[in-house]
Amino acid sequence: MINVHLVLFLAFGVIALAGAINLLAQTHPINSALSLIAVMAALAGEYLLLGAEFVAAVQVIVYAGAIMVLFVFVIMLLNAGVEEHTRGSRVAVLFGIPGMLLGSLLVAWVVLRHSGTEAVAAGALPGAPKTIGPLLFHEFLLPFEITSILILIAIMGAVVLASKPPTAPPPIPGSAAIPGPRKVN
Amino acid sequence: MVPLSYYLVLSGILFACGVAGFLIKRNIITIFMSIELMLNGVNLSFVAFAAHWHALAGQVFVFFVMVVAAAEAAVGLAIIIAVYRTRETLNVDQVNLLKL
Repeated sequence: MINVHLVLFLAFGVIALAGAINLLAQTHPINSALSLIAVMAALAGEYLLLGAEFVAAVQVIVYAGAIMVLFVFVIMLLNAGVEEHTRGSRVAVLFGIPGMLLGSLLVAWVVLRHSGTEAVAAGALPGAPKTIGPLLFHEFLLPFEITSILILIAIMGAVVLASKPPTAPPPIPGSAAIPGPRKVN
Repeated sequence: MVPLSYYLVLSGILFACGVAGFLIKRNIITIFMSIELMLNGVNLSFVAFAAHWHALAGQVFVFFVMVVAAAEAAVGLAIIIAVYRTRETLNVDQVNLLKL
Protein backbone atom coordinates (compact mmCIF):
# COMPACT_ATOMS: atom_id res chain seq x y z
CA MET A 1 0.00 0.00 0.00
CA ILE A 2 1.35 3.37 -0.99
CA ASN A 3 1.69 5.76 1.89
CA VAL A 4 0.20 8.97 0.51
CA HIS A 5 1.45 11.07 3.38
CA LEU A 6 5.03 9.91 2.89
CA VAL A 7 4.80 10.44 -0.86
CA LEU A 8 3.56 13.98 -0.39
CA PHE A 9 6.27 14.67 2.20
CA LEU A 10 8.94 13.42 -0.18
CA ALA A 11 7.53 15.40 -3.11
CA PHE A 12 7.43 18.67 -1.19
CA GLY A 13 10.80 17.92 0.39
CA VAL A 14 12.43 17.31 -2.97
CA ILE A 15 10.98 20.59 -4.30
CA ALA A 16 12.25 22.46 -1.25
CA LEU A 17 15.71 20.92 -1.48
CA ALA A 18 15.94 21.55 -5.22
CA GLY A 19 14.98 25.17 -4.65
CA ALA A 20 17.52 25.58 -1.87
CA ILE A 21 20.34 24.09 -3.95
CA ASN A 22 19.28 26.16 -6.94
CA LEU A 23 19.48 29.25 -4.74
CA LEU A 24 23.13 28.42 -4.12
CA ALA A 25 23.88 27.48 -7.72
CA GLN A 26 22.42 30.50 -9.48
CA THR A 27 24.54 33.58 -9.95
CA HIS A 28 21.85 36.11 -10.74
CA PRO A 29 19.91 37.28 -7.67
CA ILE A 30 16.54 37.22 -9.40
CA ASN A 31 16.93 33.49 -10.10
CA SER A 32 17.86 32.93 -6.46
CA ALA A 33 14.80 34.88 -5.35
CA LEU A 34 12.48 32.81 -7.54
CA SER A 35 13.93 29.55 -6.24
CA LEU A 36 13.49 30.82 -2.69
CA ILE A 37 9.81 31.39 -3.49
CA ALA A 38 9.61 27.76 -4.63
CA VAL A 39 11.18 26.65 -1.33
CA MET A 40 8.62 28.64 0.65
CA ALA A 41 5.68 27.29 -1.35
CA ALA A 42 6.92 23.73 -0.81
CA LEU A 43 7.32 24.40 2.90
CA ALA A 44 3.72 25.61 2.99
CA GLY A 45 2.78 22.17 1.66
CA GLU A 46 4.78 20.55 4.44
CA TYR A 47 2.95 22.65 7.01
CA LEU A 48 -0.36 21.47 5.58
CA LEU A 49 0.82 17.88 5.99
CA LEU A 50 1.58 18.64 9.62
CA GLY A 51 -1.93 19.97 10.17
CA ALA A 52 -0.87 23.60 10.48
CA GLU A 53 -3.23 25.06 7.94
CA PHE A 54 -3.17 28.64 9.23
CA VAL A 55 0.63 28.67 9.33
CA ALA A 56 0.66 27.39 5.75
CA ALA A 57 -1.65 30.20 4.62
CA VAL A 58 0.43 32.81 6.43
CA GLN A 59 3.59 31.32 4.97
CA VAL A 60 2.29 31.83 1.46
CA ILE A 61 0.83 35.28 2.11
CA VAL A 62 3.59 36.82 4.23
CA TYR A 63 6.73 34.99 3.18
CA ALA A 64 6.19 34.07 -0.44
CA GLY A 65 4.01 37.12 -0.96
CA ALA A 66 5.14 40.14 0.99
CA ILE A 67 8.76 39.50 1.89
CA MET A 68 9.80 38.03 -1.44
CA VAL A 69 8.04 40.81 -3.34
CA LEU A 70 10.17 43.20 -1.28
CA PHE A 71 13.29 41.29 -2.31
CA VAL A 72 12.36 41.22 -5.99
CA PHE A 73 11.51 44.91 -5.84
CA VAL A 74 14.91 45.78 -4.40
CA ILE A 75 16.67 43.60 -6.98
CA MET A 76 14.88 45.47 -9.74
CA LEU A 77 15.41 48.85 -8.07
CA LEU A 78 19.16 48.39 -7.75
CA ASN A 79 19.44 46.67 -11.14
CA ALA A 80 21.51 43.90 -9.59
CA GLY A 81 23.60 42.03 -12.10
CA VAL A 82 25.37 38.71 -12.21
CA GLU A 83 27.49 38.05 -9.16
CA GLU A 84 31.23 38.36 -9.57
CA HIS A 85 33.21 35.36 -8.51
CA THR A 86 36.04 35.72 -6.07
CA ARG A 87 38.49 33.07 -5.09
CA GLY A 88 37.89 31.48 -1.75
CA SER A 89 40.60 30.20 0.51
CA ARG A 90 41.99 26.73 -0.14
CA VAL A 91 41.86 25.77 3.54
CA ALA A 92 38.11 26.22 3.50
CA VAL A 93 37.77 23.78 0.61
CA LEU A 94 40.21 21.27 2.10
CA PHE A 95 38.71 21.14 5.55
CA GLY A 96 35.30 22.69 5.15
CA ILE A 97 33.68 20.26 2.74
CA PRO A 98 34.77 17.03 4.49
CA GLY A 99 33.94 18.59 7.84
CA MET A 100 30.52 19.62 6.65
CA LEU A 101 29.81 16.14 5.25
CA LEU A 102 31.00 14.51 8.46
CA GLY A 103 28.93 16.85 10.63
CA SER A 104 25.77 16.41 8.59
CA LEU A 105 26.15 12.62 8.58
CA LEU A 106 26.60 12.67 12.35
CA VAL A 107 23.53 14.84 12.84
CA ALA A 108 21.44 12.72 10.48
CA TRP A 109 22.54 9.55 12.28
CA VAL A 110 21.71 10.97 15.70
CA VAL A 111 18.35 12.33 14.57
CA LEU A 112 17.31 9.21 12.70
CA ARG A 113 18.47 6.65 15.27
CA HIS A 114 18.30 8.33 18.63
CA SER A 115 15.21 10.47 18.55
CA GLY A 116 11.62 9.50 19.04
CA THR A 117 10.45 8.42 15.63
CA GLU A 118 6.78 8.64 16.38
CA ALA A 119 4.72 9.26 13.34
CA VAL A 120 2.99 12.54 12.71
CA ALA A 121 -0.48 11.77 11.50
CA ALA A 122 -2.12 13.83 8.82
CA GLY A 123 -4.32 16.45 10.39
CA ALA A 124 -3.42 15.26 13.89
CA LEU A 125 -3.19 18.78 15.17
CA PRO A 126 -5.92 21.31 14.61
CA GLY A 127 -4.03 24.35 13.44
CA ALA A 128 -7.11 26.27 12.36
CA PRO A 129 -7.36 30.00 13.10
CA LYS A 130 -10.10 29.19 15.61
CA THR A 131 -7.61 27.39 17.83
CA ILE A 132 -4.59 29.58 17.09
CA GLY A 133 -6.40 32.82 17.85
CA PRO A 134 -7.16 32.32 21.58
CA LEU A 135 -3.60 31.11 22.14
CA LEU A 136 -2.15 34.14 20.39
CA PHE A 137 -4.39 36.69 22.09
CA HIS A 138 -4.48 35.23 25.61
CA GLU A 139 -1.35 33.29 26.50
CA PHE A 140 0.97 35.11 24.13
CA LEU A 141 -0.59 38.54 24.48
CA LEU A 142 2.54 40.29 25.79
CA PRO A 143 4.88 38.96 23.05
CA PHE A 144 2.21 39.81 20.51
CA GLU A 145 2.10 43.44 21.68
CA ILE A 146 5.89 43.61 21.80
CA THR A 147 6.07 42.46 18.19
CA SER A 148 3.81 45.35 17.25
CA ILE A 149 6.39 47.73 18.74
CA LEU A 150 9.12 45.83 16.87
CA ILE A 151 7.25 46.28 13.60
CA LEU A 152 6.80 50.00 14.32
CA ILE A 153 10.53 50.41 14.97
CA ALA A 154 11.31 48.46 11.79
CA ILE A 155 9.04 50.74 9.76
CA MET A 156 10.69 53.85 11.13
CA GLY A 157 14.16 52.40 10.66
CA ALA A 158 13.45 51.46 7.07
CA VAL A 159 12.08 54.91 6.29
CA VAL A 160 15.06 56.64 7.89
CA LEU A 161 17.64 54.39 6.25
CA ALA A 162 16.21 54.34 2.76
CA SER A 163 15.22 57.99 2.54
CA LYS A 164 17.36 60.18 0.37
CA PRO A 165 19.99 62.20 2.23
CA PRO A 166 19.23 65.91 2.27
CA THR A 167 20.88 67.62 -0.61
CA ALA A 168 23.67 70.04 0.23
CA PRO A 169 22.67 73.72 0.13
CA PRO A 170 23.85 75.65 -2.92
CA PRO A 171 27.29 77.18 -2.40
CA ILE A 172 27.35 80.77 -1.34
CA PRO A 173 28.90 82.98 -4.06
CA GLY A 174 32.39 84.01 -3.12
CA SER A 175 33.11 81.06 -0.89
CA ALA A 176 33.10 78.38 -3.55
CA ALA A 177 36.69 77.43 -2.80
CA ILE A 178 35.74 75.92 0.55
CA PRO A 179 33.84 72.71 0.01
CA GLY A 180 31.14 71.96 2.53
CA PRO A 181 31.13 68.79 4.59
CA ARG A 182 30.13 65.82 2.53
CA LYS A 183 26.79 64.40 3.51
CA VAL A 184 26.93 60.67 4.11
CA ASN A 185 23.86 58.93 5.37
CA MET B 1 2.53 8.57 8.67
CA VAL B 2 5.88 10.29 8.47
CA PRO B 3 8.37 10.04 11.34
CA LEU B 4 9.33 13.26 13.04
CA SER B 5 12.98 12.68 12.24
CA TYR B 6 12.35 13.05 8.50
CA TYR B 7 11.05 16.57 9.06
CA LEU B 8 14.02 17.36 11.27
CA VAL B 9 16.49 16.13 8.67
CA LEU B 10 14.80 18.21 5.96
CA SER B 11 14.84 21.22 8.27
CA GLY B 12 18.53 20.68 9.03
CA ILE B 13 19.42 20.40 5.36
CA LEU B 14 17.56 23.61 4.57
CA PHE B 15 19.36 25.37 7.43
CA ALA B 16 22.70 24.05 6.20
CA CYS B 17 21.94 25.31 2.69
CA GLY B 18 21.22 28.70 4.21
CA VAL B 19 24.50 28.71 6.11
CA ALA B 20 26.41 27.64 2.99
CA GLY B 21 24.76 30.38 0.94
CA PHE B 22 25.55 32.94 3.62
CA LEU B 23 29.21 31.95 3.48
CA ILE B 24 29.83 31.42 -0.23
CA LYS B 25 27.62 34.04 -1.86
CA ARG B 26 29.08 37.42 -2.69
CA ASN B 27 25.94 39.37 -3.57
CA ILE B 28 24.52 41.07 -0.49
CA ILE B 29 20.91 40.45 -1.57
CA THR B 30 21.55 36.72 -2.02
CA ILE B 31 23.18 36.64 1.41
CA PHE B 32 19.96 38.10 2.79
CA MET B 33 17.93 35.45 1.02
CA SER B 34 20.13 32.78 2.60
CA ILE B 35 19.20 34.17 6.02
CA GLU B 36 15.54 33.83 5.09
CA LEU B 37 16.23 30.23 4.07
CA MET B 38 17.72 29.54 7.51
CA LEU B 39 14.65 31.02 9.20
CA ASN B 40 12.42 28.82 7.06
CA GLY B 41 14.35 25.72 8.06
CA VAL B 42 13.88 26.60 11.73
CA ASN B 43 10.17 27.23 11.16
CA LEU B 44 9.77 23.73 9.72
CA SER B 45 11.23 22.14 12.83
CA PHE B 46 9.00 24.36 15.02
CA VAL B 47 5.89 23.12 13.24
CA ALA B 48 7.09 19.50 13.24
CA PHE B 49 7.71 19.60 16.99
CA ALA B 50 4.35 21.29 17.54
CA ALA B 51 2.67 18.41 15.75
CA HIS B 52 4.78 15.83 17.56
CA TRP B 53 4.12 17.09 21.07
CA HIS B 54 0.56 18.25 20.35
CA ALA B 55 1.50 21.72 21.53
CA LEU B 56 0.07 24.56 19.51
CA ALA B 57 2.55 27.02 21.02
CA GLY B 58 5.08 25.89 18.44
CA GLN B 59 2.87 27.29 15.69
CA VAL B 60 2.58 30.59 17.54
CA PHE B 61 6.36 30.80 17.69
CA VAL B 62 6.39 30.47 13.91
CA PHE B 63 4.34 33.64 13.70
CA PHE B 64 6.81 35.48 15.87
CA VAL B 65 9.67 34.22 13.71
CA MET B 66 7.80 35.49 10.66
CA VAL B 67 7.33 38.91 12.27
CA VAL B 68 11.02 39.12 13.05
CA ALA B 69 11.84 38.02 9.51
CA ALA B 70 9.59 40.69 8.05
CA ALA B 71 11.12 43.41 10.23
CA GLU B 72 14.60 42.18 9.41
CA ALA B 73 13.86 42.14 5.68
CA ALA B 74 12.48 45.69 5.74
CA VAL B 75 15.40 47.16 7.69
CA GLY B 76 18.01 45.04 5.91
CA LEU B 77 16.83 45.95 2.44
CA ALA B 78 16.80 49.62 3.45
CA ILE B 79 20.42 49.21 4.58
CA ILE B 80 21.24 47.54 1.25
CA ILE B 81 19.73 50.49 -0.61
CA ALA B 82 21.76 52.92 1.51
CA VAL B 83 24.96 50.93 0.94
CA TYR B 84 24.34 50.81 -2.78
CA ARG B 85 23.70 54.55 -2.85
CA THR B 86 27.03 55.39 -1.25
CA ARG B 87 29.24 52.67 -2.76
CA GLU B 88 27.59 51.78 -6.10
CA THR B 89 28.18 48.08 -5.53
CA LEU B 90 26.43 45.05 -4.10
CA ASN B 91 29.54 42.91 -3.79
CA VAL B 92 30.38 42.35 -0.13
CA ASP B 93 34.08 42.03 -0.96
CA GLN B 94 34.12 45.67 -1.98
CA VAL B 95 32.23 46.84 1.08
CA ASN B 96 35.17 46.72 3.45
CA LEU B 97 35.28 50.17 4.99
CA LEU B 98 33.11 51.33 7.84
CA LYS B 99 33.32 54.94 6.71
CA LEU B 100 33.85 56.36 3.27
